[in-house]
Amino acid sequence: MQKIKGRVWKFGNDIDTDVIIPARYLNTSDPQELAKHCMEDARPEFAKEVKPGDVIVAGKNFGCGSSREHAPIAIKAAGVSCVIAESFARIFYRNAFNTGLLILEAPEAAQEIEEGHEVEVDPEAGVIRDLTTGKTYKFQPIPAFMQELLKDGGLIPHIKKKYKQIRLEEESHSQEPLS
Amino acid sequence: MKRPMTLAEKILAAKAGLPFVEPGQLIDCPVDLALANDITAPIAIKIFREAGIPKVFDRTKIVLVMDHFTPNKDIQSAEQVRFCREFAREQGIIHYYEGGNCGIEHVLLPEEGLVVPGDVVIGADSHTCTYGALGAFATGMGSTDLAAAWITGRTWFRVPETIKFAYKGELRPWVTGKDLILYTIGQIGVDGALYKAMEFTGEVIKRLSMAERFTMSNMAIEAGAKVGLIAPDKKTLSYVRKHSKREPVVFKADRKAKYLEVIEYDCSKIEPQVAFPHLPSNTKPISEVGHIDIDQVVIGSCTNGRIEDLAVAAKIFSGRKVNPNVRAIIIPGSPGVYKEALRKKYIDIFAEAGAIISPPTCGPCLGGHMGILAKGEKAVSTTNRNFLGRMGHPESEVYLASPAVAAASAILGRIASPEELGL
Repeated sequence: MQKIKGRVWKFGNDIDTDVIIPARYLNTSDPQELAKHCMEDARPEFAKEVKPGDVIVAGKNFGCGSSREHAPIAIKAAGVSCVIAESFARIFYRNAFNTGLLILEAPEAAQEIEEGHEVEVDPEAGVIRDLTTGKTYKFQPIPAFMQELLKDGGLIPHIKKKYKQIRLEEESHSQEPLS
Repeated sequence: MKRPMTLAEKILAAKAGLPFVEPGQLIDCPVDLALANDITAPIAIKIFREAGIPKVFDRTKIVLVMDHFTPNKDIQSAEQVRFCREFAREQGIIHYYEGGNCGIEHVLLPEEGLVVPGDVVIGADSHTCTYGALGAFATGMGSTDLAAAWITGRTWFRVPETIKFAYKGELRPWVTGKDLILYTIGQIGVDGALYKAMEFTGEVIKRLSMAERFTMSNMAIEAGAKVGLIAPDKKTLSYVRKHSKREPVVFKADRKAKYLEVIEYDCSKIEPQVAFPHLPSNTKPISEVGHIDIDQVVIGSCTNGRIEDLAVAAKIFSGRKVNPNVRAIIIPGSPGVYKEALRKKYIDIFAEAGAIISPPTCGPCLGGHMGILAKGEKAVSTTNRNFLGRMGHPESEVYLASPAVAAASAILGRIASPEELGL
């Protein structure tokens, strides 16, 4: 994975999926349309001013609320390269991996890095560098299973690989009742 | 070797075919049902098609409910529904709901008997956790996870730690399941059960109606939880027998099960609760609310759109008029609820009182349609979220409460307890 460099957009705790992409825009799932309204109710200027590579830094429980996959899709389509937070809501966590949005759990970095700072993220080394202050932070390593998903190219390629295995096993055990 | 397990662990172990599971373990598990709605299904369908798999794993185990923006609010919403309808036809999906058979998914599915105790259910809707009230391990996921389950019939779970909540004592007048769950979220916060299973127990839970239990499990996600479980009892089984032909599988937590935490609440000290903008955890007891004038009341949703909820509202609306400054919107959660409300004359009472009666839809809960708030407007709502801009303009405000408080507020034009009406 490549190094990431961008400007920080700072948000608080409990940034919910209605803030990330308001439900009134969910009559489409087109990523570019969704990106136009990303973070609209919290920071109306965000979608217009965000630059490719920029980084969102937020507090606890980022992505709480709805299961809408439109949320990580909107963030990614807006050009955001990664989200650093103290913690992530669980459905958003799965959705981010499934849609290829890089998310990093790094409580200290999330608390200290401020709006407008330049940061550099090295996903392989597990390091976040605040280029404005010079301070570096470690982030929680990505769990082995999630790494496996990423390695296979996402959840769907991963299960397609497994799907073939399951089918093969079922055929070889076709005499056994399926529970 | 047997290991004592919590309710969540027991259901997952049984379904995954394992002698036991423990928190942190990753398991691969079959699903009994995989559902989506008019917002989340289109993405799942696109992903399913891109994967190049011709058929879903089991056309009887997929549920599509067109409930969020229906009756279709605009052309784009109608297109999304058409896209889902075509997929349902192509795949021969039996449980496709649109139009006259359609209700709010989490009110509808238990009524239709599609979920029974012991099931593992995933849904591309965060309030899928509602079915925890039936003793089913039910949780929300995104569209990609759902598409994957449509292909394989399975999903992966990280077995959650469980927090046990024990509700003791006598409930005060007008205190309901909604107040208990709002109180709980107020105590532990919107990430108080992040990644965890909540297990609701105690004498008070035993006495709650199924409707109130659904309300509690429904809002487990508002504390960040993966599931909100209630062990099935006689009430559960009698509900399930009435609605479903499927055989329930009843699990109970082992006595020596290991919990991350056990939290006890003395319910005799809990008043009706109101969650202030903009978080469900921002709760206050009704006596501390103060004078807040309101513009709208919404009674409905997957949280409180059941017949028991409408019964409470009808009791309060009966012989009274909605305050002239308030729009009171009543949304029966399903065609079944609507018909029952007609039979019991609740609809007459609402109409006489000057309320607006909506078709079953998620509608205003998520700011979709059927009751959007203007700048500065305030609503009391029986829904589950009061996030910034949730019901309309970013400068509007949503106060979450029970149907009783919502109905009393509609009459008085300000946030109020039914006791202020002499009830």
